Amino acid sequence: MKKVIMPLLVIAFFLLVAHMTAMGASGPPLKGEALPDMKFPLPDGPAERSYLGLSGDGDFRIQDVKADVVIIEIFSMYCPYCQREAPVINRLYNKIESNASIRDKIKLVGVGAGNSSFEVGIFKKKYHIPFPLIPDNDFSLYDSLGKVRTPYFIGVKINSDGTNLIIYSKLGALKGEDRFLELILKRSGLGKEGEK
Amino acid sequence: MLALLFTGQFLGTTVYGRSSAFKDNIYDPGILKPVDSVLKVRVGDKAPDFTLPAVAGGQVSLHDYLGKKNVVISFVPAAWTPVCSDQWPGYNIVKDIFDKHDAVLIGITVDNIPSQFAWINQMGTLWFPVLSDFWPHGAVARMYGVLRSDGVSERALFVIDKKGIIRYIDVHDINKRPRLEALVKELGKFSR
Repeated sequence: MKKVIMPLLVIAFFLLVAHMTAMGASGPPLKGEALPDMKFPLPDGPAERSYLGLSGDGDFRIQDVKADVVIIEIFSMYCPYCQREAPVINRLYNKIESNASIRDKIKLVGVGAGNSSFEVGIFKKKYHIPFPLIPDNDFSLYDSLGKVRTPYFIGVKINSDGTNLIIYSKLGALKGEDRFLELILKRSGLGKEGEK
Repeated sequence: MLALLFTGQFLGTTVYGRSSAFKDNIYDPGILKPVDSVLKVRVGDKAPDFTLPAVAGGQVSLHDYLGKKNVVISFVPAAWTPVCSDQWPGYNIVKDIFDKHDAVLIGITVDNIPSQFAWINQMGTLWFPVLSDFWPHGAVARMYGVLRSDGVSERALFVIDKKGIIRYIDVHDINKRPRLEALVKELGKFSR
């Protein structure tokens, strides 16, 4: 009997580990950690690619973005809270883009959890979202980012050696774009440059 | 371990209904049988008429729209459940698409009005009526053949033209949200 049970248990263990890995992260990546090594599909529009400093086809990693800090918003067009928060994020974008000293250093990108390209497009049009929104049709990015509630914001500092560090990881409203930007500038070390 | 592997782990957890708007108030029923009823209507049939009470007050009848508007009926299974809670908020931001195709949306669940009231308040202000098919329980869902054996309705969409004829039916996998583009494609078949 033992001869039968032991191999079964070993197989079950490996299946369990493989399955739990496939199920995605058990929680969001936290402040002080690095973003999981994950690939984002390149946005379709040339303006959006240009905004992120990306070219070519296929996927990109967060460290490929030509910026010092990338702010990732995990949202859904079906999420009423994300709908209400959209104008705040747009103001944050405008605040960054209107400041020449940080414009090229902080970039925003949205991940539409479970949203198709069409659905992301609806959200973008409805709320006049000026930054790239990436569809995550099959929830794969969402899974890798810890199956968080939405909207969820992750601020990632990209280091010169290509590594990255999460400087913000939090659920819910930003409580005002000024306060949030101030925090990002401070935690990323861009603060003094931002005040120039 | 085997039991854990072949039961709980493979059931997975839902990825819908994750908006902060609902906080921790969403009840997760787990993965359900995708469809658990037999349709009683077909595309091309006259849509069965009904009158139901609306959360906003008063009664709404399907015949109110006859000759005036195309109608989309969205049955969702239950208030405060994952997929349902993030289906209507999406429809709530595409009123312009419904308007463009001279269509209205009617949302129906088998919940009672107080439950619906508390639930849809979390979605913001909905532009479409939400009707209660609570009593006689699920009578309209049953008439269309979308009442499941446990008393909730299917996640189903019916598109009905101005003549009252059913033009499209999607009895969707209850565990998944129908893609908006499929509905928009159907609405696109109506000219104003």
